[in-house]
Amino acid sequence: MQRERMNAARKLACVVVVAVCAVSLAANWLAPAGYAKQFRDAPSAPPSHQHLLGTDEVGRDRFARVLYGTRISLLLAPAAALVSTVLAALVGGLAGYLGGIWLRLARGFTDLFLSLPWLFLLITVRALLPLNVSPLVSVLITFLILGLLGWAASARVLSTSADALRNSDFVLQARASGLHGPRLFLVHVLPNLKPVLYAQFWISIPVFILSEANLGILGLGVAEPLPSWGSLLRELEGLITFREEPWRLVPLLLLIVVMTSFQLLLSNEEVTA
Amino acid sequence: MSDLMNTAGRRALIRLLFCFALVSLAFTSSAFSQSGGELRFCLRSEPKTFDPLLVDDDSSLAIRYLTGGVLVRANRKTQDLEPELAESWKVSKDGKQITFKLRHGITFSDGSPFSSEDVAFTMQRLMDPALHTSTGDAFRSGSGAVSTKIIAPDQIVIIFPAPLAGLERLFDQVAIMSAHSPKKEVAVLGPFLVAEYKAGSSVLLRRNPNYWKKDSQGRRLPYLDSIRLDIQSNRDVEMLRFKRGELDLINVLDSDYFDRLAASSPQLAHDAGASLDSDFMWFNQVASAPIPEYKRAWFRSANFRRAISQAINREDLSRVVFNGHAQPAVGPVSPANKFWFNSKLKAEPYRPDSALKRLQADGFRLQNGALFDKGGNAVEFSIVTNAGSKPRERMAVMVQEDLGKLGIKVNVVTLDFPSLIERISQKFNYEAAMLGFRNVDLDPNGQMNIWLSSAENHAWNPQQKSPETAWEAEIDRLMRAQASTADPKKRKGSFDRVQEIAAEQAPFIYLVNQNALSAVSGAVEGANPGILSPQTFWNAERLTLNASTRASR
Repeated sequence: MQRERMNAARKLACVVVVAVCAVSLAANWLAPAGYAKQFRDAPSAPPSHQHLLGTDEVGRDRFARVLYGTRISLLLAPAAALVSTVLAALVGGLAGYLGGIWLRLARGFTDLFLSLPWLFLLITVRALLPLNVSPLVSVLITFLILGLLGWAASARVLSTSADALRNSDFVLQARASGLHGPRLFLVHVLPNLKPVLYAQFWISIPVFILSEANLGILGLGVAEPLPSWGSLLRELEGLITFREEPWRLVPLLLLIVVMTSFQLLLSNEEVTA
Repeated sequence: MSDLMNTAGRRALIRLLFCFALVSLAFTSSAFSQSGGELRFCLRSEPKTFDPLLVDDDSSLAIRYLTGGVLVRANRKTQDLEPELAESWKVSKDGKQITFKLRHGITFSDGSPFSSEDVAFTMQRLMDPALHTSTGDAFRSGSGAVSTKIIAPDQIVIIFPAPLAGLERLFDQVAIMSAHSPKKEVAVLGPFLVAEYKAGSSVLLRRNPNYWKKDSQGRRLPYLDSIRLDIQSNRDVEMLRFKRGELDLINVLDSDYFDRLAASSPQLAHDAGASLDSDFMWFNQVASAPIPEYKRAWFRSANFRRAISQAINREDLSRVVFNGHAQPAVGPVSPANKFWFNSKLKAEPYRPDSALKRLQADGFRLQNGALFDKGGNAVEFSIVTNAGSKPRERMAVMVQEDLGKLGIKVNVVTLDFPSLIERISQKFNYEAAMLGFRNVDLDPNGQMNIWLSSAENHAWNPQQKSPETAWEAEIDRLMRAQASTADPKKRKGSFDRVQEIAAEQAPFIYLVNQNALSAVSGAVEGANPGILSPQTFWNAERLTLNASTRASR
C-alpha cells in the first residue's frame, strides 16, 4: 500500500517536473512581453489581465520573469550537475579503483576541498571574472563555476563505492582472468558505479539551484536583466507579512514544488541504487 | 471640651491636607519638568569609538551628537550657525584666526568647570598628527601647526597656518573635552552621557545633570530621562519593532519601508524633502586603466558623457525606484543646500533625440538598432555597482534600458563592496561605476577631496600630477580660490562656476537626490524631522514622550 502511494507520488512528481519544464520552454508564447521590458507606468503592480503575477519594482512582468527564470535555472542546473558528476567520477571513482596512496590522497584532497569557505570563494571568483560579458554568458559562467566546484562531496561517496568494488569477488575474478588497468575499470567497475552516479547527479541539481539562488540573493548570480530563481527570490527581501502581496511568493512556491518533486524522484533512484 | 478637640482636630486635618497638597504639587511639577521618559531607537552598527575626536562612523556620530558639547551648532532646520558653549565668535579678515567668547558657569558632567583651557586642550589633541582624525583633517589648511592663545578663562583665539574658509562651521563637529578630568571621554558637556554600553546589544544614555541649557520657561534641559540605543542592523526587525511600539524613531528609512508605513500610519512617516545625498555614475578616464583605447576615447569625450546624461530618464528613476521620494539631481550640490546650490542650473532633462545628435556629432552612427563609433566598434560598456543596494541595482537596470534605446549595450555588474572599491580606486579595472555620495557637510570644502585633480577621490581620474584637461585645471583653481578666502560672496561665485563646469563636462553624471525619509512614533513630542543628519533627533534635548508612554515604560 505504502509502495503504491510512493509510486503515485513519484508519478505526480514526474508530471510536475515535466509540466514546469514544458511551460518554461513555452515562455516565448506564453509571455510575449519578455522578461526585460519595463512597464514604468506600473511598477510593483498587483496581478491583472495584462500581468498575471503583477510587475516587479521596475515594472517588468513577473509572470514572464518566472517562466524565463525557471527555464534558466532548470536547464542549467542539470548541466552543472553533469559537469560535477563527471568530475566526481574521474576523481572519486579512479581513486577508489586504484586504492592505496591514491585513495588516501584523493580523500585528503576532497576533505580539504569540502572544508573551504565556498561562499566567499565564489564571491571572489565572480569578482575576478571579466566585467564586460553579456547576461547569457554570465549565467553560463555562474553555473559552470558551480559545476566545477561542486564535485567534492560526490567524489567522496564514489571513492568509497569504487573502493568496495575493487575488492569484490567479480573484480578479483576479472583480475585473475588477466584483465587489468583502464579496461577493467571501464568494463567492470564503472558500470557498477552507475546507480551511485545517477543518485549523485539528481542530488546535485537542487543543490545547484539553491546555490545559484543564494548567489542571487547576494547580488552575484545571474546578471540583469536575465531572471533566475535566485534573482526572483530576492524580491522577497523586506516582505514583512505574507498577506501584503502573496503573489510575490510564487517563485518561492515553485522552487519548493520543484525541489520536492526532485526529492521524490531521487528517492526512487536511491532505491534502485 | 469636645468642641475644643473638634476645632483642634479640624485644624490639624487642614494642615495635614495643606502639606499633602504642597508635596503633591512639588512632586507633580518635578515630574513634569524632569521626567521625559526613555526614548528608544536603533543604531545600525556597533559604535567604533566613544572618543568624540576619533569618530568616523554613523553610530559613533550619533552618540557624539547626543553627548558632546560644541562651541557652535548648525541648526539642522534653518542651516544657520547658532551659539552653544561660545556666546559669540569672530573670524579675522585674513581667515586665519577665530576668537571665541565662552559662556560662564558651565560644568562638565563630572562637575569639573569648563573654560578656555578645555578648548585649547581639545584643539591640541584634535590636531595631533598621531591621532589622525577626519574631524581634525578638515582643519588642516596648510603646512604648519594650529596654535591656541588663551586670553582669559572665557576667551580663546585659535590660529591656523593658512586661511580656512567656512572655519566657524567646522566647530559644529568638535565636541569639547575636559583638560582636567581624569576620565576624558566620560566627562561631557552635551545633554546626555553614556551610562551603559553592552557590546553588540545597546548603549544607554542618561540625562547629563550638569547640562547648562534651559528652556524659555527656565526648565533645565533635556526633558528626556534617558535614550536607549539598540544595536540592530536588520531593517526589517527595526521596522517591526517600531510598529510594535518598542522603538520611537527610525532616523533614515528606505522608500519601500516608508511607503508601507505611510499606507498604514501616515502620521508616523515623515518625508522632509530632498536630502544632501546624491547617487551618480561616472566613466573611467584613467590613462593607465586596462580598457581598450577606443573606449577611453569615448569616456574622455564630454559630448559622449553629456549624451549619456541626456539619455537617462531621471524623472523615471525618482518615480519608479524611489516611489517619488527622490528628486532628479542637478549637480554636486543638492537644492537642499540652500546657500551653496547654484540655482541657475537645472537637472538634465530626458532628451534621447538630442543625445543621439550629440553622439552623431562625435562620429557615432546608429545601425540596425546598435550604436557604432567612427572606428566601427559597437558601443558596449559595463556599469559596476555594489551588490546588496536594491535602489542602486534598480537604477542600473533602468539606465541599461534607457541607453539600450540609443543602441548602447550596457552590462550591469554587481560586486561585493571590497572588490568594487579595489577596482575603482586601485586597479582602475572598470568602465563605468554607479555609487552614492552621503554628504554631511554643507560647505564646499567638504568636497575638496573630490574636485581637486590631485585628490584620491577624484573618481574618474584620481591623483593626477598636474591637471590633464583645461577644465580640471579651472576647477582646481576655483576650488583653491574659494578655500582661501573668507568672503562668502567670492566663495559662492567660485563654487557656482565649479558647478557650471561640472554640468558642462559631466565627469559625474548625477542621477537623483534621495529624500530624507524617517519615522517618528506618535509617542514622541517635539519632533521636527529635517534633511540634515541627525534627521529625527537633532533637537533631542527638547524631545519628550507623552504621558501614557512614560507610564508604560
